[in-house]
Amino acid sequence: MNKFTISASPHIHSPVDTTFMMRGVIKALLPAVIAGVYFFRMYAVGVLAASIAGCVITEWLLRKTRRQEASLKDSSALLTGMLLALVLPPALPLWMAFLGGVVSIALGKEVFGGLGKNVFNPALLGRAFLMAAFPVALTTWTRPVSLDAVTTATPLGLAKFEHAVTPYAQLFLGNVGGCIGETSALALILGILYLLYHKIIDWRVPAAYIGTVALFSGVAWAAAPQLYAPPLFHILAGGLLIGAGFMATDPVTTPVTAKGRWVFGAGCGLITMTIRLWGGLPEGVMYSILCMNAVTPLINRYTRPRRYGGSNGG
Amino acid sequence: MIKDFAKGLWKENPVFVQVLGMCPTLAVTTKALFGLSMGLATTFVVVSSGLVISSIRRFVPDQVRIPMFTVIIATFVTAADYFLKANFFQISKALGPYVPLIVVNCLILGRAEAFASKHGVARSGLDALGMGVGFTCALVVLGACREILGAGTVFGARIMGEGFTNWIIMVLPAGAFITLGLLVGGFNIIDKKVSKKKG
Repeated sequence: MNKFTISASPHIHSPVDTTFMMRGVIKALLPAVIAGVYFFRMYAVGVLAASIAGCVITEWLLRKTRRQEASLKDSSALLTGMLLALVLPPALPLWMAFLGGVVSIALGKEVFGGLGKNVFNPALLGRAFLMAAFPVALTTWTRPVSLDAVTTATPLGLAKFEHAVTPYAQLFLGNVGGCIGETSALALILGILYLLYHKIIDWRVPAAYIGTVALFSGVAWAAAPQLYAPPLFHILAGGLLIGAGFMATDPVTTPVTAKGRWVFGAGCGLITMTIRLWGGLPEGVMYSILCMNAVTPLINRYTRPRRYGGSNGG
Repeated sequence: MIKDFAKGLWKENPVFVQVLGMCPTLAVTTKALFGLSMGLATTFVVVSSGLVISSIRRFVPDQVRIPMFTVIIATFVTAADYFLKANFFQISKALGPYVPLIVVNCLILGRAEAFASKHGVARSGLDALGMGVGFTCALVVLGACREILGAGTVFGARIMGEGFTNWIIMVLPAGAFITLGLLVGGFNIIDKKVSKKKG
């Protein structure tokens, strides 16, 4: 990197590079991983291992066969594998988790030219692929801790189709059915606080995202409390926290401007709540972030800061 | 002469190189058989219309050539459509509106405009045949890939084991785009290797 340091004026060298950011996010995910393993035991371990293996092997293989610089050292493939596993159901067949990892890296990242050039969040793209390919397996949820073969519904599913609200304490600690990493709100909040403290993510995106969800669900709840769940439920349940903290904050696929990040978060919140309240699916975090990923270049373009003395954004 | 035929197979393959006729390519290739039927129907239309257009090319005034071509193409499309309906009703039903839609396949009007209206009957026929065969091959490959993963079969014959879970995405439109993208990528890799060896 030394060849880039030619510069005038005093500058401070920042130790923050890609590897630092990726490892920071991995550390921040550890509480959620531990919670997932605690609640889903060997299932979670298997899915995590298969998904990470899929990502890392694919990245290594593609880089090798295309004679590109190896990029495993920046840990981004490891992170993608972890994120993907955390948004998969625990009882998923391991080969599907592996395939998800392969699709995430191959179709989500490397076809675009590698890290920094991908349009969509690789982990979410892998999950969307699995969701479209194996809809049954992706919506089969195991009951936590007891791990009996009995399937259960997620809190959002219960709220949507049976109007039953899961107790907050259960949602907060994570003793509910759902994806491996989205069960425990507490573990995710710990991770998000860590990222915010180290300034690895911008507070604007989660603030805008969660704020919009709270506002939207608050209005719906106030209008028809017997139909819709209260805002706190919508914040704690499902994939909102992991989406808002770890996926909508991906530096590659989200806007770079401060104003753009507000727009991005609010857009994610709107789409999520529209799907949750009126869509055919109980959860909308994945599609909301993918949709907003697609319009990120547009957001960047329209929120370009005004040049000092200039007349417009150009 | 042989070049007129051969270029449609590889160098100017209508699907992988020219990326023409995407509507039937993406829509009907859920099974290899449907790809084959669509490919053969298109081949029939492109060859017959190519022959007719090239033989009347001296009488057609330049200003009205596109409507003329369209009428000729539409005639053969109607013939193909009725033929399928009469003899292969199940396939015709599965292909649905995409058989009559052959009339708007850019490949056919493209060949008429770019080749048949400028060259003799024999060369035009060979050119159209090459394009048709290239189109058919591409559709069969695409359909076979999607059928293997989406249903575990090829041309209806089971090749995946009993425990195979169908990849539902492969019979959905998204699967068509993914498969086509990967095939075009693979095509380019092979093409690059081959041309490197040559020159």
